[in-house]
Formats: sequence, structure tokens, C-alpha cells
Amino acid sequence: MDSRARNLLDEALGLDQLTQSKSPLGGKAVLIEDCVETSGSFVLHQLIKRLLTATSNSSNVVLFLAFANPFSHYDRILLGEEGKAGGGRSGLFALFANITKVLNSLPEGNRKCLTIVIDDVSLIEVAAHGSSDHVLDFLHYCHALTSNHHGCSLVMLNHDDFYSSMDRPVFLKQMEYAADVLVKVKPLATGLAADVHGQMTVLNRDQCNRRGSLNNRMSNFQFRIKENSVEYFYPGART
Amino acid sequence: MAATKTRTSSFSRNLPAASSAQSPEIKCGPNGTFLVSSGIPDLDKTLGGGIPLGSLVMVMEDSEAPHHMLLLRNFMSQGLVHKQPLLYASPSKDPRGFLGTLPSPSSPKDDKSRSHDAEQEKGLRIAWQYKKYFGENQSNLDGQRGMILFRFIVLYNKQEFSNEFDLRRPLDRHFYTGQHVDCISTKDLPNIAALQERCTSFLSQFSRNDATVACTGRIAIQSLCAPQCESSNMEWEMLSFIRSLKSTVRSAIAVAIITFPSSLVSATFCKRWQHLADCLVSVKAIPDEDKELAKLLTGYQDIVGFLNIHRVPRINTQVPAVLEATTLSIKLQKRRYLVLECLNQAPVDGSSGSSYGTSGSCSGASSKSGSLDF
Repeated sequence: MDSRARNLLDEALGLDQLTQSKSPLGGKAVLIEDCVETSGSFVLHQLIKRLLTATSNSSNVVLFLAFANPFSHYDRILLGEEGKAGGGRSGLFALFANITKVLNSLPEGNRKCLTIVIDDVSLIEVAAHGSSDHVLDFLHYCHALTSNHHGCSLVMLNHDDFYSSMDRPVFLKQMEYAADVLVKVKPLATGLAADVHGQMTVLNRDQCNRRGSLNNRMSNFQFRIKENSVEYFYPGART
Repeated sequence: MAATKTRTSSFSRNLPAASSAQSPEIKCGPNGTFLVSSGIPDLDKTLGGGIPLGSLVMVMEDSEAPHHMLLLRNFMSQGLVHKQPLLYASPSKDPRGFLGTLPSPSSPKDDKSRSHDAEQEKGLRIAWQYKKYFGENQSNLDGQRGMILFRFIVLYNKQEFSNEFDLRRPLDRHFYTGQHVDCISTKDLPNIAALQERCTSFLSQFSRNDATVACTGRIAIQSLCAPQCESSNMEWEMLSFIRSLKSTVRSAIAVAIITFPSSLVSATFCKRWQHLADCLVSVKAIPDEDKELAKLLTGYQDIVGFLNIHRVPRINTQVPAVLEATTLSIKLQKRRYLVLECLNQAPVDGSSGSSYGTSGSCSGASSKSGSLDF
């Protein structure tokens, strides 16, 4: 990558170890969960920025399925960073067909550079009128694209506070199970603060290491969101 | 860094012709947004100047008190006084009759006594807030600083952007008997599609791509999903309607406000609705004769309820807004004027128990506990 300073989120996502890899997120599926009090969309913005400004790999492509806000909103936040972005809305099947079309239109060697970003999954549920089975199928298909064959990466944003009041939050659990990296964004337990906007937990399920045991890495830190960047720090360690 | 790059974006913003200096009803907000007034100057101030164009405001009602009507009335009156087209939907059989109960702007004679105090107070407040920003080097505060100075300088003309409404004087008929005011009753609609269609056709007049648009549209939907409406059971349809309304409003020069009985919607759907809101507030009634609260708050007798701000509109930016106080008390001054105030904690006897953190001061992290938990 470039010589930009690593921050805690990069380390937690394992981005610092992927300097030579063509695939920016290592073909992983990342699930970001947030709640009404604290929005997790800044993580999406940061990841997209990271992907589009990586100087070592200028052929990064981001396929952005934006249901939550119009493109002008993201454009303003990302300050003119360009990337190929597209989105389909007419039925999940057609949507997936569009995604595969974009994927196939890329040259063979660059397919691993594709990152599909979904903002956000709950709106796909609304579009499907609540048939969570269809939405799950769609997400599983997208997840299949992250397998070794295609090697794409997937970043999804969802809100977990409405599933938590259900008896059997099957949808949420299935998504959490399928994700390789789980990022949970929460407000501080003590309330609002101008210096610290919230805390996040990142669970990174690495592949088995050589000895066959799993390396699950859990990181917990706080953040403060600024116009163009986000500061991450351990509690109490903010300079 | 990115600040030195020239923007090569293909997105350009089509601004309304009657913006900024021309029409007083719209003023510039941060991050390239434009603001309109909610009809309640105190609420405008808390939200950072007003409601951004394109936002969806959602108000969670309290089933025990109709305080959300105060918000709706002022919102609608403000739009009518500025001759902005209005679409009003309500579960009553005759929504047009409600227009006769909208408040009228207060006369200048009454205004003097109130704005004089406000002016003095503002003078003090501005000096204090300005001091707070010295020594911080955040670029986005320049905009805020500019806005505070702007407000101070044009205080004399403040009434143009937003009005004080006198709840005891009804609005003159000529404001709402016109082509630009449309009313729908949601009571007997079999499904939500009819309401959706009306909203879409109303908003098509305010598309941002149309250079001839000269004013802002306002949509006010009262008690969506109220049980007396036939369509209230169709939860996914409701959600789909709100989702499409949100996206249509965002691309229009308009503002929409929806109130809904949050206690009557199932918990998961209530959360989904809340996520869709750009601006989320809730109102709560104050219990009568609550001795604990009377001891805790000054002016308890004048308070009719609480307004809690859960989310402030953040369009075109990812930085969240951290308010000094998210709970405001709703008061009716002289039983005529709606006033929102920070809660003022009564002096606590040092020898007795703990103090609660919800006072009007600007401390950073505050912990809410006890009877003021929402």
C-alpha cells in the first residue's frame, strides 16, 4: 500500500498485512453493524476511500449498492474520489445479474480487485417486502463471490438493534456467521460526548494457520469522526 | 491532502432560484445544505439553524398527550405564512378542518417583550460560545462561527426566517384557502398506495432538476400507522412507503414531517422507522403532580412535556452532531407561545442525595439516570 499511517481499524481488519496482495480486503466478507444512536456508515466511507486511493493498486473497483442515500451525499463526503459505481434496484435476481455482469466485464486478472459495498442491507429487506429468505439467498450469492474462484470482497452495513428485540434473530445470526470480519459500532455506555463519538469492536476470523488452529482476533477501541477522516484510539489514550 | 484536489465530480447541485439573499425563508446551512424553519425558533436553534431541505423528520408520539400536534401546527403554519405549498395527511375524516386551528404569527407588539429578552440572552450566549471555540482548530467550526455571527448581525431580521406563533390566534383564512394546500384523510384508505401516489405527485413539483422551482414544499403526515386507519397493519408496506418518501424528498426541494404512535408499532418496526429518519425526535408528557420532578426542575409548573432529540439531520457529512442537551422541556409561555428550553436543574441540597446530570450546561459526557430516562 502507500506510506499512510496505519490506524487501529486497519490493523483490526488485517489490512496492514495485505500490502502485496492484489485483493484489497483479501477476499473477505465484512459485516458492519450499527444502531440508531450511532451510525456505522463512516466505516463504509473510510473503507471506500481506502480502496479508491490505494496507490499501489490503481485498478481497485468498487461496486456500490447505495440504498440509503443518494450518490451526491457520498460524493460530498468522499470529496470527489472517483470510482466505478453502479447499483440496481429492480428485483434481487436482476440485481445479482447486474453484479455478475460488472464482475465479468472486468479483465480476468483484475477480478480480485472488485469490492462490493452494500449500504444498507435492511433496505434490501424493505425492497423485498420482508422476505428475509430471498435477501439471505442474495447475500449468500454475493458471499460466494468472495470465494477463491472470484476473490472479490464484500462489505455490508446492517443495523442490529431491530433484530435484537426479536425472539429468533435468524437473519442477523446467519449474516454474522457468514461474515469473516464483524465490526460492531455502538455508542458509549456513558452517553454522548464531543470527544469520543462511540466505540467499536472488530472480530476478525482469520483462516486456520499452519498448525490448523483458528486465530480469532478481537479488537476493541473508540473513535471520533471528523470531516475527512476518523481517529481511532484505545479508551483513555486519545492524544 | 484531498482539500487541494479539484473536484472532478459529475454531480452538480441544482439550487432553487429563490435561494439565499432573495427569499428569507431559506438560509444556508453547513456542507452545502439549505435550511428552512420548523416554525419553532428554539428547535431551529438546537438543530443548527433549521431543517435541511430534503430531510425527513419523524416524531415519535406519546400516546398520553398530543404534544406532537404542537410541533405539527407550528411546522404547517410556518410553511403557510411563507406561502409554501403544503400537503397534509391525517387520520381524521376532515383534515381541512384542522387548518382552521393553526396558529397565526404573533403581532409585533407581543413580540417586543419576548424578543428583547431573547436578544439580550443571545448576546450573552454568543459571547460565551464564541470563546469556547478559541483554541480549537477544526475547520468545520469556521462555518459554525460564521453562522453564529450571521445570526447575531441579522437578529433584527430574524423574524423573516422563522416566526413566533400565537397559539391562541388562528391563522387567517387566506393563508390556507388556495390551490397550494392539499389535504388527505388516511382513515379510509385501503392501502398506503394512494397516499404514496399523492406524495409523489406533490413532490414532483419540487424536483431539484427543474430550474423553474421557486419555493419549498412541505409535507405533514399526522399519526401514520394510527390504529383507526385500515392500512396500519401492513407493516412492510408502510416501511416501503417511508423509504420511498424519504428518497423522493431527498431529491426534491422539500421537507417532510411524519408523526407516528411509536408505542403502537411493533418494536422491530419502530426501530426500522427510526433508522429511516433524518431527524428523529420524540415527545413525552410530563406526569402531573410529580413531587420528585417538581423538586428537581425549576419551572416545573410551566412545563407541559419533554422533547427528546435522538438524531439531528446530517446530510452531506459523516460527522455526527453532539448536542449540548438532547432533552428540552416544552413550555407554553403565557399559554400562547411554544417555547423549548434546556432543563434547568433546581439547586440540590448538599446534604441530601445525588445530583442528576441532565442540566443545561455544556459539559461533555453526561449520564442520564432516574426519572428523566427516556
